[in-house]
Amino acid sequence: MTVNGWLQIAFFAVAILLVAKPLGVYLARVYDGSVRWLAPVERILYRLCGVDPEEDQHWTRYASAMLIFSLITMLLTYVVLRLQAVLPLNPQHLAAVPDRQSFETSASFTANTNWQSYSGESTMSYLSQMTQLAYHNFISAAVGMAVAVALVRGLARRSAGKLGNFYADLTRGTLYVLLPLSFVAALVFIQQGTIQNFKPYLTVTTLEGAKQTLAMGPVASQESIKQLGTNGGGFFNANSAHPFESPTPWTNFWSVFMIFMIPSGLVYMFGRMVKNTRHGWAVWAAMFLLFFAGVTTAYWSEARGNPIHGARGLDLVASETNPGGNMEGKEVRFGIANSALFATVTTDASCGCVNAMHDSFTPLGGLVPLINMQLGEVVYGGVGAGLYGIIVMIVLTVFIAGLMVGRTPEYLGKKIQAREVQMAMLYALVFPAVILTLTGLSVLLEPGRAGLNNSGPHGLSEILYAFTSTAANNGSAFGGLTGSTYYYNTTLGLNTLIGRFGMMVPMLALAGFMAEKKVAPESAGTFPVTGGLFVGLLVSVVLILSALTFFPALALGPIVEHLSMTAGKVF
Amino acid sequence: MTIQKRPLFDPPIVRRAIGEAFVKLDPRHMLPNPVMFVVLVGSVLSTLVLVRDVASGRAAIGFTIQIVLWLWFTVVFANFAEAMAEGRGKAQADTLRASRTQTHARRLDASDLGHAGEIDKLAFEMVIASSLRKGDLVLCTPGDVIPSDGEVAQGVASVDESAITGESAPVIRESGGDRSAVTGGTKVLSDYLIIRITANPGETFIDRMIALVEGATRQKTPNEIALTILLSGLTIIFLFAVVTLQPFATYSGAPASIPVLIALLVCLIPTTIGGLLSAIGIAGMDRMIQQNVISMSGRAVEAAGDVNTLLLDKTGTITLGNRQAVEFLPMPGVDLAHFADRAQLASLPDETPEGRSIVVLAKERFGLRGRTLAEGNRVVSVGVGDLAERPTNMEFVPFSATTRMSGVNWSGVELRKGAGDSIARWVREHGGEIPSAMTEAVERVSRAGGTPLVVAEAEGHTARILGVIYLKDVVKGGMKERFDRLRAMGIRTVMITGDNPLTAAAIANEAGVDDFLAEARPEDKMALIKREQAGGKLVAMTGDGTNDAPALAQADVGVAMNSGTQAAKEAGNMIDLDSNPTKLIEVVEIGKQLLMTRGSLTTFSIANDVAKYFAIIPAMFMVTYPALNALNVMRLHSPQSAILASVIFNALIIIALIPLALRGVRYRPAPAAVILRRNLFVYGFGGLVVPFIGIKIIDVLLVFTHLSS
Repeated sequence: MTVNGWLQIAFFAVAILLVAKPLGVYLARVYDGSVRWLAPVERILYRLCGVDPEEDQHWTRYASAMLIFSLITMLLTYVVLRLQAVLPLNPQHLAAVPDRQSFETSASFTANTNWQSYSGESTMSYLSQMTQLAYHNFISAAVGMAVAVALVRGLARRSAGKLGNFYADLTRGTLYVLLPLSFVAALVFIQQGTIQNFKPYLTVTTLEGAKQTLAMGPVASQESIKQLGTNGGGFFNANSAHPFESPTPWTNFWSVFMIFMIPSGLVYMFGRMVKNTRHGWAVWAAMFLLFFAGVTTAYWSEARGNPIHGARGLDLVASETNPGGNMEGKEVRFGIANSALFATVTTDASCGCVNAMHDSFTPLGGLVPLINMQLGEVVYGGVGAGLYGIIVMIVLTVFIAGLMVGRTPEYLGKKIQAREVQMAMLYALVFPAVILTLTGLSVLLEPGRAGLNNSGPHGLSEILYAFTSTAANNGSAFGGLTGSTYYYNTTLGLNTLIGRFGMMVPMLALAGFMAEKKVAPESAGTFPVTGGLFVGLLVSVVLILSALTFFPALALGPIVEHLSMTAGKVF
Repeated sequence: MTIQKRPLFDPPIVRRAIGEAFVKLDPRHMLPNPVMFVVLVGSVLSTLVLVRDVASGRAAIGFTIQIVLWLWFTVVFANFAEAMAEGRGKAQADTLRASRTQTHARRLDASDLGHAGEIDKLAFEMVIASSLRKGDLVLCTPGDVIPSDGEVAQGVASVDESAITGESAPVIRESGGDRSAVTGGTKVLSDYLIIRITANPGETFIDRMIALVEGATRQKTPNEIALTILLSGLTIIFLFAVVTLQPFATYSGAPASIPVLIALLVCLIPTTIGGLLSAIGIAGMDRMIQQNVISMSGRAVEAAGDVNTLLLDKTGTITLGNRQAVEFLPMPGVDLAHFADRAQLASLPDETPEGRSIVVLAKERFGLRGRTLAEGNRVVSVGVGDLAERPTNMEFVPFSATTRMSGVNWSGVELRKGAGDSIARWVREHGGEIPSAMTEAVERVSRAGGTPLVVAEAEGHTARILGVIYLKDVVKGGMKERFDRLRAMGIRTVMITGDNPLTAAAIANEAGVDDFLAEARPEDKMALIKREQAGGKLVAMTGDGTNDAPALAQADVGVAMNSGTQAAKEAGNMIDLDSNPTKLIEVVEIGKQLLMTRGSLTTFSIANDVAKYFAIIPAMFMVTYPALNALNVMRLHSPQSAILASVIFNALIIIALIPLALRGVRYRPAPAAVILRRNLFVYGFGGLVVPFIGIKIIDVLLVFTHLSS
């Protein structure tokens, strides 16, 4: 670990702290409808779609609107991918995407996951990339934000029972937040050298005289929303490690910053909307602690490198001329600190784009991304998803610990009773259930094991990572698993959908139940949701709940791998 | 009913509970408790595996036998906890039943009731008490046991209610008003009562009490349901974690045996709280009974913990029932001693505590001997004053609602005392004038929280105000501290009083309550409750009168005094057998303790899992991956001893925590943040650490006793 590395991480931490309040205030104003600088466009959109933006929706209506909207856009993408060969903007004459892969890809992009079992440059036409994948990058993020706002409204409102309007929230989030921010972000990328064109792929002769094909495309425009919407689906297979996607250390910083930007702002927005900014900051602090623990572990483990390499005479100590540590699978222009930071951020926030190969991380370094996702993507988390995820965790925390102060647990003045616990538990249950069941099935079944390129604990880590990543709607790949098979396309696609919508619906039900409740005023007897004690409690509950769930699986994967490595054995 | 204080582990109760712990193994009984049901299924499954192993003649079954045994113990221990909690109630119910002897009653013909006072002429038939129905009329004479619950239709009598309250002093029961309710099983001591029966057989107060203490009508309370859902959810999560562990283990080349997997599952699922949950609830009700409070449902006990606002009647709850004279304030030109003398004279016939306190004060301050009424009629020598020489012929003017004053007439001199405005009117009628000093004095006393009593004298055609007596409400000792405690718990106290706002404010200030409702009528009380509830608050109150009934029913926790009317008792959801309104504070504390006990044990249970993972996971896979031994932080002897030690710890901790479940975690009033910090440390941090130590000790013992290699 170097001072320079820590300074870069600190710089990043300060940046996400500073952006929280201004962006949070803006977000709160967007969702209460007081930001109106594109009102005419908004009105036209509502009229075109025949939507009444003033309709205040019950949670069932909000949820069904969200589900139907997502289903339709998913089907549309499926059709376009299947027909891309006969559609325009396909200079490379790429063939139709296979049915299983079309299903998986459309499911995965609709669910803000962007798990890719294909390489973009050799599979997707420009039309597919721009009208479908980039489109989903926007709207899946907007859907996530909308439902998070619906949950916050459920907590903030008194005896209401209504959560707002899904279509209005969706439109406002896209129009006032995602589009303008990603427009500006794209310009930064272009300025730094990210490409943006419609040219056919270039064939160039390298210095050695070999022929090489350079993939082209409208990259910068997709790159910005890929980060901003915590989507993570790279234009190219190498994702943010590719120099055409992220050419400089600045674009690298810009990328990780944009991943955390909206989630950080949403937490402030939450505090503001429930009129308890101190609670908002407490949640922010809990997230930061979890983030910091992750990045520290990953950085430490990567900088320490592989002792087996060290034993064979490799210099693992960083110096002016040597990055030291474990540089396998890392870009030299980013180095260890930035790769560890990127890996932590991208898995904390369900983004899933990568600037280094997680498969090549040391076992502990690779454990961090895995655990980050298994925490339920609540460390800032995906846009919207992180906020509603942590709120559900808070509801559980308040319920378990709240009884200890001798009252029916209350969260923000609202009592947490059977129905709410039921929905929060359902939310918390779906996630490990689907991951563990499908991982267990895959290590048992022949088609599951067929995809493995590594054996032993590392193989188990790969499969576990794949299902964790898709259920958590992260989309990052550990690598090493051949995912483009019928078996994996189907199971991972299903896994993604369950991980997204199977959790969103109980969460919206929780929001609806909370919205109906009366608010009891705070008193000395109320469970405190601000301050260090609460932050510590929330962090422990998040850690213990997921650790208890995944510990057996992790023990047989990365943990045993790490322990064996220390004993001089690798898999 | 006299409540016997029983030791926690009363031998007869323990004996009965041991038996019942096995009876409760019936799956139908286990089903409402999903956590323990899973353990039961696990025990059955592993027993089947054991039977198969024995049948196929496997050699090393010693380990499996022990696992199976301890799994069964886990279920039985949980059942034992529940049976222990129920046992205490059942023992109580048996005492009650034994005291409910079969009595006979004299049933009257309703049409006969005309002959008031001539009870000898009433026609009756002797019937068995249990055949009485609602609406029947019965006659009870001295020595009779009142056959069933009812209301006095006619008569006044003293009744011995010690069978219900434990209070040996007899109480007066009379028709009409707030003292008309009688309870079956109590005894008429003097006079007679004609009682209209208000309960059908099996629905009487004693019947309900038996059912309540026995737990026959026990239903899960809202918080208990929510907690059960959480625990079931956790159980399902662990079910997934353990069931999917087998494929991972198989993939890793180390498939586990079924009993070991079941052992892991049972260790992980929250059996500690799952096993003790119903015992905690029953024990909460039981603690109420120990306080002489009968709660109509567990829901009410739980609601008590949630109370935000406490409505307390001023008189009898916050202040002593009676006011006391503390100062004489003479008008300008009136001699203080003269005023005191007249005040005392005017109060001689006044038998109220206030009147007596005036006599006492005059005696203490001015050496005026307390004169009795009899003495008043003889020639009385008065220490000071001119009346001493006059022939005495005292005539008493009693207090009446129309004049709102009382006094004496004494050979031409008339003395009156009463409220300021009525005395002022009387003085004016007698041609006197009202000094401005009187209004000032009256206001000063009111502002100080006292009740002003004005004394005036009239002789011939002149009348004058002599002065104002300051009657002070005496706040009960220790109330301020109790309200401070309540405030620390986040509970607001509101004092309800019929006094004017000035007086009310002063007493509220002295007693340290947060708010007050002055000049309160029953409907104001009701409105206040509704207003508080609309703001999301839970309200508790006590009451005894019929006009309290609607408010008692509206309040979330309504504690009716046992001395109160039938209507009040039916409207409330708790009855205080001691009729002590300050009991509300204990009721709230028991409610809080109940919730805290559940929360603490849940936290403890979940925190325990960390250590169990560190014991069992390395044990299961150490053979395949020796590197995993690094996780064996407890340095347990062998895989078998590690797994056994975990299961044994898991079962024994249930037994170890039964006293805590029955007694409840210690409760000291403090703000939520302080309580949380303390309980988190004890049960959260303690829950993390204790099993590491416990499992290690059991492991060492297992190896020492050669129960495990």
